[in-house]
Amino acid sequence: MSEARPQRPGLYYPKMPLTWWLGRPGYVRFMIRELTSVFIAIFLVELLVLVHKVGQGPQAYADMVARLQSPGWIVFHVVALAFALYHTITWFKLTGVVQVVRVGDHKVPPSLVVAGTFVAWGVVSLIILYWLLVRS
Amino acid sequence: MAPGKTMEPFWWSLFSVGGVVAAFLVPVHLFLHGLAIPLGWFSVSHARLLALVGQPLVKIYLFVLIALPLYHWAHRFRFILEDLGLHGFRAPIAVLCYGSAVAGTVATLWVLIRV
Repeated sequence: MSEARPQRPGLYYPKMPLTWWLGRPGYVRFMIRELTSVFIAIFLVELLVLVHKVGQGPQAYADMVARLQSPGWIVFHVVALAFALYHTITWFKLTGVVQVVRVGDHKVPPSLVVAGTFVAWGVVSLIILYWLLVRS
Repeated sequence: MAPGKTMEPFWWSLFSVGGVVAAFLVPVHLFLHGLAIPLGWFSVSHARLLALVGQPLVKIYLFVLIALPLYHWAHRFRFILEDLGLHGFRAPIAVLCYGSAVAGTVATLWVLIRV
């Protein structure tokens, strides 16, 4: 694996305190956005364990669900859900900037592109809920 | 690899795809498996879940859902550490982050093939 940004001689890194990002609200929001990925990754590892438990049998799965009922896990999941939603919102808002959609010669306004991603997200989420809960 | 070329675009594209997957799919699964099912708002039988995870299409779905956002995490976490001032450890940070994502991908494949 190569280093993505080679250490070039003469590249200057200003010495910053560890808490530089607390200086401005925008920096704090940036750090929160980057941190969302940590909560998402922890949940996905948890989901993988859950799939594994489903494969081990009804008792293993029931035990895991029982463990997830503890207040600590519930609080963690509430916090993680808030972070996950923050990721979704910031990500979709960026698509309006990054992704230019054209219809014929017209550029679709970014706000409409963003609105479209939110609608698509809602539809996808409802389909997953329906698939898991109603079709059971 | 040609001089001056880096792996950056490769990892960045995985970061980007993982970000899209996480944005679309993670909230609903977090709500379901983290809150709704443990708190008893909904119930899904074990038999139903077992039948679902046995389907090839669902396995592919779970692979996309679990493995791709790990690269999204790796990329962001790497730059969190660098932004916090660990410039002297760029190479080990990159190896650790992307290496964890690769290890997670292997673990995901292992679980999904066996289940």
